[in-house]
Amino acid sequence: MHNSDKVIVGIIIFILFFAMPFWLNFGKAKALPKPELPSDTKECVESREYMRAYHMKMLLDWRDKKVREGQVYYINSQGKFFKMSLQNTCMKCHKSMEKFCDRCHKTASAHPDCWNCHIKPEEVSKWQ
Amino acid sequence: MAINRRDFLKLGGLAVISSVASSALAKNFTKGSETLTGKRWVMVIDVLKCKENSAMCVSKCVEACHVVHNVPQIPDKKKEIKWIWEEKFQHAFPELSTNRYLNEKFWDVPFLLLCNHCDEPPCVRVCPTQATFKRYDGIVMMDFHRCIGCRFCMAACPYGARSFNWFDSKSYLTKVNPEYPARSKGVVEKCTFCDERLAEGKIPACVEACPGKALHFGDLANLNDPIHQILKGRIAIRRKEALTTKPSVYYLIG
Amino acid sequence: MIEKALRGGVGYWLWLLFLLSLVFIGFLCYLYQLKVGLGITGLSRDVSWGFYIANFTFLVGVAAAAVMVVLPYYWHNYKEFGKITIFAEFLAISAVIMCLLFVFVDIGNPMRAFNVLRYPTPNSIMFYDVLVLSGYLLLNLLCGWTVLHSYYRDTKYPSWLKPFIYLAIVWAPTIHIVTAFLYQGIPGRHFWLTAIMAPRFLASAFSAGPALILILMSIIKKVANIDVGERPIQTLAKIVTYAFILNMLFFLFELFTAFYSNIESHKLPIEYLFFGLHGHAEWVGFMWVSYILAVIALLLLITPYTRKRETTLILACIFVFVSTWIDKGIGLITAGFTPTPFETITTYIPTLPEIGITIGVWATGFLVLTILYKVAIEVMKSKELRVKYEGFLF
Repeated sequence: MHNSDKVIVGIIIFILFFAMPFWLNFGKAKALPKPELPSDTKECVESREYMRAYHMKMLLDWRDKKVREGQVYYINSQGKFFKMSLQNTCMKCHKSMEKFCDRCHKTASAHPDCWNCHIKPEEVSKWQ
Repeated sequence: MAINRRDFLKLGGLAVISSVASSALAKNFTKGSETLTGKRWVMVIDVLKCKENSAMCVSKCVEACHVVHNVPQIPDKKKEIKWIWEEKFQHAFPELSTNRYLNEKFWDVPFLLLCNHCDEPPCVRVCPTQATFKRYDGIVMMDFHRCIGCRFCMAACPYGARSFNWFDSKSYLTKVNPEYPARSKGVVEKCTFCDERLAEGKIPACVEACPGKALHFGDLANLNDPIHQILKGRIAIRRKEALTTKPSVYYLIG
Repeated sequence: MIEKALRGGVGYWLWLLFLLSLVFIGFLCYLYQLKVGLGITGLSRDVSWGFYIANFTFLVGVAAAAVMVVLPYYWHNYKEFGKITIFAEFLAISAVIMCLLFVFVDIGNPMRAFNVLRYPTPNSIMFYDVLVLSGYLLLNLLCGWTVLHSYYRDTKYPSWLKPFIYLAIVWAPTIHIVTAFLYQGIPGRHFWLTAIMAPRFLASAFSAGPALILILMSIIKKVANIDVGERPIQTLAKIVTYAFILNMLFFLFELFTAFYSNIESHKLPIEYLFFGLHGHAEWVGFMWVSYILAVIALLLLITPYTRKRETTLILACIFVFVSTWIDKGIGLITAGFTPTPFETITTYIPTLPEIGITIGVWATGFLVLTILYKVAIEVMKSKELRVKYEGFLF
């Protein structure tokens, strides 16, 4: 191989660089995230399994239906009516972005930008 | 790993069906019984009432709208955001203010300007993502989630009704309505005829807030709507009629 | 062939380093804009488009102007343009990249840029603009590179390329007409609402673009010893001349309509640009410079003696380029927004970060241009029977 010394050094640097997430976080594995569930209500809009898998899709559906089609209520699989609103429905029970949403999002490295615009429950006191 | 075409198609079909099935959980959406529905919402501003009450007017309409919708107060006039505001006659109706008789009558009267929710809006025509669109009830809506901030709508609006978030607005908020979101930087915003209040059966905040009852809101397509009585027998003008955008905001000047 | 851009003299690498440092400064300014928002620019609620869109509008014209060389060569077998065609196509690539970058730095939510493609909107001219600009970039890359590669391998370009070349020829004026349509369909902006916007755009494009090509050809002659010949230069000079005459005529037609009809909304933007309005005279100096340069350029171009001599021709071309850049760039945009719908005047002056980002984008364009031209020049050089090689940059 021509320039084999440069090539092999390059390959080693490449492997080290791309394996960074592994060796930088070695030994730092945390326990599974535990979002703080609301104490007063036992039922969410849909079942826990459904929400775990589809909450983002549901929120996107909600926002399109509310903003673009002017719909107001979502009827869940049990026939219950929920007003479609992140701030006023979801956060009314879940109450805290940091203690609920962020717990899983931080572990999963998901960065939804809802709160760039929407007002977090924690933020409200800033202006009151 | 080799897979033959038949198996691939079978797997693919299964994947499609299962994704459709899993997302086919109850997807029912509905309006509420209290929701105000209409086919052509219009706002009527009784200019003569504004004139009559101008001494004691403290622009409660503007305050109500901006508080309810978390509209930031930006000190730099160039970068300001306003959904409804007051202008003098020569700036509200420049095409009419070459007429000195109209000018004399209205030079000190506050004219409320807002998005006209035109029947044929040029802003909707130019939006490349349909972030601004004409809804079934006549409201020219803003989808803040979709807006890319190209500001073509701002160039297209003949009325200067739109504002842009040049900065992150949250740092400029003084009071916050926790029931309504703010907007991030980089999106265009404007009056939406209080679509979220209409959904709950309430009239727009500005209409409700005016102590002199100078603002009216109604559905022009509904022949039983009291708005027809308000418009009847009065002289109503709209801004820049010559451009045939067919605005939905009427100013009663006579 | 790209490896030809990796070998060069000291001057070449110094030039690239200079451009890269400008790109870097522009990039830092853009990071600042991403962090704080578009508020760092001089834009306002009343003048919501400015320097970025001005440069974009001007550069779409420069990109389209490649057709002035490509059309005679491919459609009418004008063999004299044989050597400049590749340079025209590569200029088009560089200009379109700058256009797309200017649009990108101008949008408020760049992370959502793909929404334009996710939610196609056939009634929006901007939707078409994104499509035609991207298409033009791909077309020019395909045609330019394939033709150069065939020339490099001493063979005629493949026959499947011909429909793409023909498509590119039709596509080029289309990109600029679509850009003109962005403006001329807007009911509330009276400076823009005129059918002659598209012809004005095309005329100014077909004068500024070839003018830049002529400037670049003279630079190449000096630094790389590539002489494309006297005839193509003179033909292109005549094209610049007639296009620029038409451009000036169209401007005079606009003046007539505005001032003979005596309609305020038509007159006021022109008065703002050239004389100032209500005490606001920010752009008066620039506009007069633009038109004085235009008149001088016109005289230099129309007079055969000055058009035939290289120094005066290149001077005229520089004047045409700068004059059109001012007139079709910032002049067009600010006049569209002034006076506002309320008949007030809001000043617009680009801020330093805004200018920084603009310089960064121009530097990126010139970086792409330099690299592509280097490839083309090296290929040409390898074909020439030139023994002496005294190039400085290349």
